[in-house]
Amino acid sequence: MRLLTHNMLSSNIKGVVNGFPLRIEAEKVVEKTVEMNGEFLKKMFEKIDWKAFVDASWAMGYTELPEEADSSMLDSDEFLNRFHHALLELHLEEGALVCPETGRRFPVNKGIPNMLLHEDEV
Amino acid sequence: MASRPEVVAPPEIFYDDAEARKYTSSSRIVQIQATLSERALELLALPDDDVPKLLLDIGCGSGLSGETLSENGHHWIGLDISASMLNVALEREVEGDLLLGDMGQGLGLRPGVIDGAISISAVQWLCNADKSSHNPRLRLKAFFTSLYKCLANGARAVFQVYPENIDQRELILNAAMHAGFAGGIVVDFPHSSKRRKEFLVLKCGQRSVNASMLSRSKNEDGESCSDEDSEDEENQTVCISDRHRPRKKPKKNNKSGKGKEWLLRKKEQMRKRGNVVPPDTKYTGRKRKDRF
Ligand SMILES: C[S@@+](CC[C@H](N)C(=O)[O-])C[C@H]1O[C@@H](n2cnc3c(N)ncnc32)[C@H](O)[C@@H]1O
Repeated sequence: MRLLTHNMLSSNIKGVVNGFPLRIEAEKVVEKTVEMNGEFLKKMFEKIDWKAFVDASWAMGYTELPEEADSSMLDSDEFLNRFHHALLELHLEEGALVCPETGRRFPVNKGIPNMLLHEDEV
Repeated sequence: MASRPEVVAPPEIFYDDAEARKYTSSSRIVQIQATLSERALELLALPDDDVPKLLLDIGCGSGLSGETLSENGHHWIGLDISASMLNVALEREVEGDLLLGDMGQGLGLRPGVIDGAISISAVQWLCNADKSSHNPRLRLKAFFTSLYKCLANGARAVFQVYPENIDQRELILNAAMHAGFAGGIVVDFPHSSKRRKEFLVLKCGQRSVNASMLSRSKNEDGESCSDEDSEDEENQTVCISDRHRPRKKPKKNNKSGKGKEWLLRKKEQMRKRGNVVPPDTKYTGRKRKDRF
């Protein structure tokens, strides 16, 4: 799972008011190179919750993102490269996502988060 | 014909390792799913701007449908309840991110972030009650409500479904409408029992709900899949149960805007709501010259 997806995911447990962002427990992170698309990054920048994104990147061991960002930074190639790398090239392979409100762990195996809820969580 | 998989076992049981492999290694299935996905993507009517979109593939299985999205340059997140299907997707190194999840439990996604969703041959599964705790109506509601929330304003969701009967179709459609979606069903090859395919085309948000929504039905050319019969005279598309428009409208060019009539109607609506709206003049909604 990439941080792109992590930034969109929230905990769906019954009764949870703010299930975003899920805290990342990383056991294994892998990198896969993909081609950069500046237009896509600009569109995504509007949607990304930056604070959650930076925290997630730290949890994945990547510390090159500025703590604060505004759209003027999208003119900088260096910024775009980092944004691209953190958003699309880092994969959480093994670990867990943790609901910020209940502490419930959603295990991640082979890159796939198990978001299935127990019956009493629906 | 084998019986419908939905009546055999719950999806996470039916799609075990053996079935997942069998499903994905059938060239016939691969072909059909690719064709269905192409059509669904077309019905999504994404803006033609060459910018990759963030899409959902619901009931993504082994990634056959998602592959079509990748081929068209989009990023996608796939959700499926069968770990075996997802394992095959991993083996096939699909480009989308995969989630193990049950759509009937609702999607845990932030509001307004998804540019469009497709679901190929999956939603009819929600009509079954596989556990005593399952209520199809509630599960459909949870699914469509959460889908509506996570879609961006104006985004569409297209579902290719195999409803077992009219009741199932109504059940699904009603759940979608209750969640706030507008739209209806597009049927390709309506008179061919083998080739008939149904797509539920849903649109999210207030903007331009009716304009040309379902008027884009096309006449398929005779290209047929290897195992299908080709009843050329029946190669057409019809729309049934369109909630917003009684009949098909003549084809309109999407890019040419909404037209004067539409504009005047909108302005009238806005006035009724008490908004300040410029007066109608002979310039209202006139054709503009191209700028370049
Ligand atoms: C016929 S397969 C289609 C897979 C893929 N979309 C394709 O085109 O090849 C149907 C898929 O829907 C999934 N499915 C059924 N019920 C589901 C549910 N409640 N939540 C998520 N996925 C489900 C099944 O596990 C299966 O992988």
